[in-house]
Amino acid sequence: MIVLGVALLAACTLIGVYLGDLLGLLLGVKANVGGVGIAMILLIAARLWLSRRGSLTKGIQFGVEFWAGMYIPIVVAMAAQQNVVAAMSGGPIVLIAATGSLALCFGAVALLSRIGRRDPGSATVEHGGSVIDGGTDPVASGSVARKD
Amino acid sequence: MEHAIWHGLEHVFVEQSLVAAFAVVGALILVSNFAAKHLTNGRVHGSAIAIVLGLVLAYVGGLYTGGKKGLADIPVLAGIGLMGGAMLRDFAIVATAFEVDVIEARRAGLLGVLALALGTILPFIVGTLTAVAFGYHDAVSITTIGAGAITYIVGPVTGAAIGADSTVMALSIATGVTKAVMVMVGTPLVARLIGLDNPRSAMAYGGLMGTVSGVAGGLAATDPKLVPYGALTATFHTGIGCLVGPSILFLAVRALVG
Repeated sequence: MIVLGVALLAACTLIGVYLGDLLGLLLGVKANVGGVGIAMILLIAARLWLSRRGSLTKGIQFGVEFWAGMYIPIVVAMAAQQNVVAAMSGGPIVLIAATGSLALCFGAVALLSRIGRRDPGSATVEHGGSVIDGGTDPVASGSVARKD
Repeated sequence: MEHAIWHGLEHVFVEQSLVAAFAVVGALILVSNFAAKHLTNGRVHGSAIAIVLGLVLAYVGGLYTGGKKGLADIPVLAGIGLMGGAMLRDFAIVATAFEVDVIEARRAGLLGVLALALGTILPFIVGTLTAVAFGYHDAVSITTIGAGAITYIVGPVTGAAIGADSTVMALSIATGVTKAVMVMVGTPLVARLIGLDNPRSAMAYGGLMGTVSGVAGGLAATDPKLVPYGALTATFHTGIGCLVGPSILFLAVRALVG
């Protein structure tokens, strides 16, 4: 059932965000600490558990993958509601601080990505890309075997 | 009669705000994919064009309404605010985790932690130095502006915790927002240069860039398969920033400037 997939996703998100709030409270921070990240880990664990039990149905998979496929449209909507006017009129201090930290961080990505060996890439990663891109038929791809 | 038609259309858009947003965003993506295919010969990813187009429209909307939420401040497009708001954004980000290759993610775990540390400290140093260069001498203002360079949430959270004044807070938020917008636009441009083409580097990238909206937009515009890996580290970034900003980082700045 498709709704079970959506509900699983919702449950993981709610639990993750709740734990993130709790972690923030525990650390004395006025923010959610890693709630979405915790939710992602929960969802990964749920998928592994379901597929091991053999109960990862196409319906459940479709319910989650539909929302993964909605990711890019949602990000476009997110971009369309940014306060770009404020960003464009921040003045030199804002521009220098933002550009400087960005350049430095891009440089650090270049450095870190050269540490260790390059992975050859896997079918799972590629499959994920096509689902998030909204390109594949999520139901049809349900039969693709996963190696994890 | 003409008036009635327009009024009715407006009424439908206002009443069906989220549905209208789906249609509008879908049309935007359709146009962007067409432009990517026929104007750039497929060299630029369609979603990169869509995101930039979204930002341009947000700018136009902001100028038109004078509000802070871009297109979403226009009543007939208010649904964009719900569709692209934090709730559905986080929901969709979590959904991308369904596609994560666990082996890849675990292998890059330590790298992600290192990236998170660097991604907090490096922007903070740049932000504080800029603040000092522009004549700020008190530890509270310097820390708040530095924290804004981490993300636009860390800035005001830190500022509020250590009692910064509102103009400094505004500067701090503007720095973070500018950084987020630049990450969205800049990532696809530098992706090849910085080796951002595999899950490993995506995890490093997420930790270093931090800003969830920037990373979400930047990776979507670069290569969708990298999204979950970058998001996994990026979502910890703001929390860590809010943790160390008003504490360790503020104390360090105060020790340095007295």
